[in-house]
Amino acid sequence: MMPLLTTKGLSRNFGGLRAVDNVDFALMPGEIRAVIGPNGAGKTTFVSLVSGRIQPSSGMVVFDGADITGLPAYARVRLGVAYTFQITSVFANLSVYDNVALPVQRTLTDGRSKGAVRTGVMAALERTGLADRTHMLAGQLSYGHQRLLEVAMGLALKPRLLILDEPTQGLADSEIDNFIELVREIAKSATVLLIEHNMPVVMHLADRITVFNAGRILAEGTPEQIRANTEVQDAYLGTTHG
Amino acid sequence: MKDASPAKPYALHLGVIALLFALSFVLPDYHHGLLARIMVLAVFAMGYNMLFGYVGLLSLGHAMFFAAGLYGAGLAVIHLGWSVPAAFAVGILCGAVLSLVIGVLALRTSGVAFMIVTMMFAQVFYLVMLYLASWTGGDQGMVVPQPARVLSFGATSLELTNPTVRYMSALALFSIVLLVTLAIVRSRYGRVLVAIRENEERTKMLGYDTFSNKLAAVVVSGTICAASGAAYALLFGYVGSSFASVQYSILPLLWVLLGGAATTLGPLVGTLFMYYVVDITSGYTSAYLLIVGIALILLVLFFPKGILGTIRHRWLGWLP
Amino acid sequence: MHFGPHLLLAALEGLVTSAVLALTALGLSLVFGVMRVVNVAHGEFFMLGAVLAWAISTAISGHPALGFLAALVLAPLIVGAIALVAERLVLRRLNYNPEATIVATIGMLYIIQQLALTFYGPEARPVEPPFSYRILLPWFGYSGYKLSIIAASALLLVATWLVLTHTKIGLVMRATQYDSETAQAFGIPVDRVYAGVFALGAMLAAVAAVLIVPISQAHYLMGQDPLLLSFIVVIIGGLGSLRGTLVAAVLIGLSDGIISVFFSPTLAKIIATLLVAMVLVFRPQGLFGTASR
Repeated sequence: MMPLLTTKGLSRNFGGLRAVDNVDFALMPGEIRAVIGPNGAGKTTFVSLVSGRIQPSSGMVVFDGADITGLPAYARVRLGVAYTFQITSVFANLSVYDNVALPVQRTLTDGRSKGAVRTGVMAALERTGLADRTHMLAGQLSYGHQRLLEVAMGLALKPRLLILDEPTQGLADSEIDNFIELVREIAKSATVLLIEHNMPVVMHLADRITVFNAGRILAEGTPEQIRANTEVQDAYLGTTHG
Repeated sequence: MKDASPAKPYALHLGVIALLFALSFVLPDYHHGLLARIMVLAVFAMGYNMLFGYVGLLSLGHAMFFAAGLYGAGLAVIHLGWSVPAAFAVGILCGAVLSLVIGVLALRTSGVAFMIVTMMFAQVFYLVMLYLASWTGGDQGMVVPQPARVLSFGATSLELTNPTVRYMSALALFSIVLLVTLAIVRSRYGRVLVAIRENEERTKMLGYDTFSNKLAAVVVSGTICAASGAAYALLFGYVGSSFASVQYSILPLLWVLLGGAATTLGPLVGTLFMYYVVDITSGYTSAYLLIVGIALILLVLFFPKGILGTIRHRWLGWLP
Repeated sequence: MHFGPHLLLAALEGLVTSAVLALTALGLSLVFGVMRVVNVAHGEFFMLGAVLAWAISTAISGHPALGFLAALVLAPLIVGAIALVAERLVLRRLNYNPEATIVATIGMLYIIQQLALTFYGPEARPVEPPFSYRILLPWFGYSGYKLSIIAASALLLVATWLVLTHTKIGLVMRATQYDSETAQAFGIPVDRVYAGVFALGAMLAAVAAVLIVPISQAHYLMGQDPLLLSFIVVIIGGLGSLRGTLVAAVLIGLSDGIISVFFSPTLAKIIATLLVAMVLVFRPQGLFGTASR
């Protein structure tokens, strides 16, 4: 099977610092992949390179067999690479409905029918359990609900690859359980690339785990393999809490 | 943009248009003439609001778009002897082309740099109009000859110098632009514009080419302002460089701030209010710009939402 | 006159323009650099300086130097005080939001300008120079006062530079410019720094105006050209870069005279403004600035 996403020799310098250093990475369709690593390991920079929010210093990004290295972020989103922000950035002054309508209306091919937007919005809101809050301003939602709205917006893009950047950060334990269910649900129709600090979540969800350290891939494997990897324990699990 | 039924906003806007129509028959001459002028300038403010209110781009150079329409239409009549409709079209075209060029350049910047760049381009435009004084009349300006300001339909002809014709023409332009603006801001495109204003980075990550969307907004905005300028030249018969000066870039900002940015009727309310304030105070002081200055500061300090913005915030959430 | 002396004369005139421009633009640049506020009313502080200089020097009888010296001290102080009040009453309440402060300073521009029109009137009035000594060069005589403008401006610029680089006040200002939040956390009264910088910026413009008013005239609309030229200097020099501001001021001042030899003043302004707008579009860090900040 051909990988959905590959990077070859992907690097990014910030001044003298190599935030991402010559990363070769491959992601198979349908996978749930977790990216872990200590703070400053280059995880967020790496997914930003994949989503096109920043440009690489060198290397290439291939999505579904096509080189997308030179494409701007919005064009990658149109190809099916969706990114949900680490820091919640829903449109606080717009209603929940409008927040989701924005991604929905763009993915619609028939621009005419009025009902199509509404149907799409409600579907995404129902999947994330926000359907009863349609007319609230997004800024008035609780933090956990804002994170869910963020996911709903990602879902509404009908992505083929959904990048979740620390989605459980700041969520209560009960919310996290729901969240795990939601990601499993999403993974039925999309490939998921997940940056996560919460190790139980990672171990529960991920098919495979990629460990970053100092801008490079330190290890890659199933949760069991990663748990058993002594190098990873030294670099990460031993020194940083989850 | 809430999911309110579309009936209320449309009823309100049609009501405003009907009221303006009715006023034509009851207003005394002086106020009748003033209101015609206010409606044309409110179109200028609506064009400005399109960009400032809905996309959040604060331009300090919109006088150039107004003046592009003004000169485009006025000079086409004066030098080429074109008919009123043709001249009006030329004016609008000038504004559209100019706003496209300025948009492509200025949108490379953002925030404070965007404000300064637009101001400088407008200054260049203003100086060019002064420099080409042999065509434009420089700061003296030029009068559009009365005999040319006639709308002919076959046998019948309407003289734009006639107060009623002038008022109704202004009202027609105002109504069209008002309804077009309303339709735009309630459309999917309007939703994208507001999203760009709220968080451009996020909008990009939803798959929107924000540059193209902003460029389109600049062109729509510039074209509306040019329509206002073209109408001004043809209805009031004067073109002059003062309309291209910095002051005429500041005035629509003031009108929109006062009436309420990102409200469809705010531009009319702001223009009307400010025009009458200046009109009343002009009896006491010739320094009417003093009022403008004080109004600007008071607005940004204590009343940033403007009149209709505050009303919408407090009472009428459905106001578009 | 031969080409050499002619060039010397043009260069001297250009240096006078540069000297005044550098002071004015430095004020604008400081305010933008430290506070991130684009002060559109900067030209009006310049105008106020000139108008006050006329008022003070006509109020004081006796030798013109007395009146001028009084103006040189008092006018900037008064202008600084006015700026301080404006900063406290308006800019601080706006939390220094860049866009709101631009709108507010536009308001200030109109208020100051129209008040000057109301109380000072539409006339242009001269101020007598403190001395009228002419320096005799081998080819022509040159106004000693004009040369003293260059000297005074250079002195003030050096003093400002020394304050910025070698004193605690300067350190506090630079810290605030670099990162106001961290500066606040380290106990720097950012609030007072801002007030001081805004007043200082206005005072620099006022001093420049007092220096130039004996060879031009005081008029209520005289603030417009200095504002535009200062913008040009600050943009070309790189927003917030002091060294760039200085280099650009000399460049603009010198070329101003030379350009106007070849083109009409209006055409010269058109070309200059267009070029500067293009610099801002394509090289926002300025011609001499570096990209980082």
